Amino acid sequence: MSHAATAHHTSTGLDNRKIAFWTFIGSECLLFGSLIATYLVYEGRSVAGPTTHEILNIPLTTISTFDLLMSSLAMVLALAAVHRGDKVWARVWLATTAGLGTIFLGFQVYEFQHFVHEGLGFTTNLFGSTFFTLTGFHGAHVLVGVLWLTTLLVRSFQGKLGPDKALNVEIAGLYWHFVDVVWIVIFTVVYLIQTTPLPTA
Amino acid sequence: MATTAVPHAPAAPAAPRGLWSWITTTDHKRIGVLYGVSAFIFFLIGGLEALVMRLQLGAPGASVVSAEFYNQLFTMHGTTMVFLAIMPLSAAFFNFIIPLQIGARDVAFPRLNAFSYWVFLLGALFMNASFLVGPLFGADALSVAPNGGWFGYANLTSPQYSPGPNIDFWVLGLQILGVASLAAGFNFITTIINMRAPGMSLMRMPVFTWMSFVTQFLIITAFPVITIGLVFLMFDRLFGTTFYNVAAGGDVLLWQHLFWLFGHPEVYILILPAMGIVSEVLPTFSRKPLFGYAVVVYSGVLIGIVGWGVWAHHMFSTGLGPIADSVFSASTMLIAVPTGVKIFNWIATMWGGRLEFRTPMLFAIGFISMFIIGGLSGVMHSSPPADLQQTDTYFVVAHFHYVLFGGALLGLFAGIYYWWPKVFGRTLREGPGKWHFWLMLLGMNLTFFPMHFSGLLGMPRRIYTYGADLGLDTFNLISTIGALLTGVGLLVFMYNVWASRSQPAAGKNPWNAATLEWAIASPPPVYNFAVLPTVSSRLPLWTEGGATPIPDTPPEPVHVPGGSYWPLVTALGIVIMAIGALMHRALVPSLLTGIAGAAVVVVGIYRWAFEPFEV
Repeated sequence: MSHAATAHHTSTGLDNRKIAFWTFIGSECLLFGSLIATYLVYEGRSVAGPTTHEILNIPLTTISTFDLLMSSLAMVLALAAVHRGDKVWARVWLATTAGLGTIFLGFQVYEFQHFVHEGLGFTTNLFGSTFFTLTGFHGAHVLVGVLWLTTLLVRSFQGKLGPDKALNVEIAGLYWHFVDVVWIVIFTVVYLIQTTPLPTA
Repeated sequence: MATTAVPHAPAAPAAPRGLWSWITTTDHKRIGVLYGVSAFIFFLIGGLEALVMRLQLGAPGASVVSAEFYNQLFTMHGTTMVFLAIMPLSAAFFNFIIPLQIGARDVAFPRLNAFSYWVFLLGALFMNASFLVGPLFGADALSVAPNGGWFGYANLTSPQYSPGPNIDFWVLGLQILGVASLAAGFNFITTIINMRAPGMSLMRMPVFTWMSFVTQFLIITAFPVITIGLVFLMFDRLFGTTFYNVAAGGDVLLWQHLFWLFGHPEVYILILPAMGIVSEVLPTFSRKPLFGYAVVVYSGVLIGIVGWGVWAHHMFSTGLGPIADSVFSASTMLIAVPTGVKIFNWIATMWGGRLEFRTPMLFAIGFISMFIIGGLSGVMHSSPPADLQQTDTYFVVAHFHYVLFGGALLGLFAGIYYWWPKVFGRTLREGPGKWHFWLMLLGMNLTFFPMHFSGLLGMPRRIYTYGADLGLDTFNLISTIGALLTGVGLLVFMYNVWASRSQPAAGKNPWNAATLEWAIASPPPVYNFAVLPTVSSRLPLWTEGGATPIPDTPPEPVHVPGGSYWPLVTALGIVIMAIGALMHRALVPSLLTGIAGAAVVVVGIYRWAFEPFEV
């Protein structure tokens, strides 16, 4: 068995997957950075159709933001439960995290179809294109996270998510927290700080 | 030498054979060879495209190809050389050499590594298929290849000005290739941070590994930016959004910013690995340690950082205003400093050394001299007033070919000759090697030096012909002759490869080099190191006791991970999705194909994640 010891030796003592995942998150920062920068550059440049003040619903989105923040708390609790080998609470908190993520996606689906109903489609104006692309990219990340968490939940029910697999949960958690933080930025720059001039009429 | 008195059978399995073993391989050495062979084939294709262009430009008013086909030729030549030739040739060295230099048995994620290769290969085939599949779009063959330049400026590439499938191939192909580069970037950063042999501290790493390390950071930060630029362009083309539509309030400069935010770091992605290679070759054939190792490393890191702050020098002619022009002009001049530092270090390495002018050394010296010429013309257009005269002329073509051909490619050829015996166990011949070098050096200078003049005389880039009364004939004829000569040099190289089969075995360390990859057999066994060495020197093989001895056969069983075909399946799914997007003119088949591709990706990832595979 001595080969196992050498095979898993690492220079930093950290697991390879963890380092790779942090580099992935660094890369994702540039991805979302480009999307957010584009949104900000184009804000207020739409030549037709509804824009931010007329359509963004801050109270509603505050609720979905709170929902996503709470999912990060549940994620932390899920990891703690897996660490201490507590199968029941691991399942509860994993399911809660995935459930809160699904609720967030529900809010987003409602918001999107409401906007389309109000006359803001993907191609209506620059605001529509940049808004749906930015929040859509984020929503796709949430969806991947929900599928990932669901997979972990299934593994737990299969009895294959003991404390030795805590790192798998930790990395899913890194992803989940990152996606959550990105949403905080999006919520702030898109919803809270609107720079589009108010309609003069 | 291991064969004489082996008391027991080798403890690790011999390398598996056959086509299937190559398709499922996760061995970094095999993936390196696959990268190298594929990239070389695409390099030949890109070179052929260049030759046809040079034939067209050899005489004024020539009609070797049509203007429409010429547009496809220069677009695919640039795209191919950057993304399908130089980057993957560098990747071949990352794969084969980095784990050996740091004393590792493989990369951190062998299957992700295979995935990178297959995505690259399939993306490259996807892009090049555009030459052939015109009839599927109701057009002729050789008519639907990308034709908007390698920089794909919107709104030339927007649907209103490029309605055909040409740009779709380009937009989708580059997104696929980005996936390959990003996955490889995460993999190699992790490998270099975490898989070093005991004692191999960061400042003991060979300079090639260091420069590759910096390159990976540039890749993982630059590629997301172009991905977003491409996504916007794709949405404009597929769904009718208006990201780059001025009439709807969009800004075509957004594309240029996103493209060059990627595009300039990309320049260093292309050149830093070559700088690393010559930093290995020069000390070996000067029989002297690299002069100022730490400064060379820090200069490389600085180039990587400042390389992120110079992108708008590609955009001086767009009228960014005096402040932006001044800042980017200054940062561009600044980045010449660490580059110059490296050049002085390389020269100082040779100074007083016992020089051996073997073929790798010739290519390395060629790299330095040609890179200086390209660097000097680069500093010339860091000044906006000068740049306004030079931009979009053949002067710029001359500049970046001195940097990318004279620089990156000569550096890569230095690496090919240097590491060939390590990879294949036999040294390439010196005679044809020297012919190859001199023909290529002469050919490239004949090709590109006259372009300085034709450019300053006003010959624009990307033009398919020119009038006889413009005084450009002679310069262009010389360039064409030079291109043919370069092609002859390449034929000599291919002959050399073929002839190397009858060369004697090279042994472990034919050049008497200093770094760890030369401590093991050539070609290396599947497990690389029978015992992972402990390193106590920057030059382990030039220092007494610089590394613990590595036996020829493993004293105890070595675990070698098996192969996997799920990375290939996942890569196939990605390309099927891209084919679905390519079919966007027919909604239902397009959606079905896209969904099928996504399903293949999901299945591939899940099977990949849950198959038994112990690293």
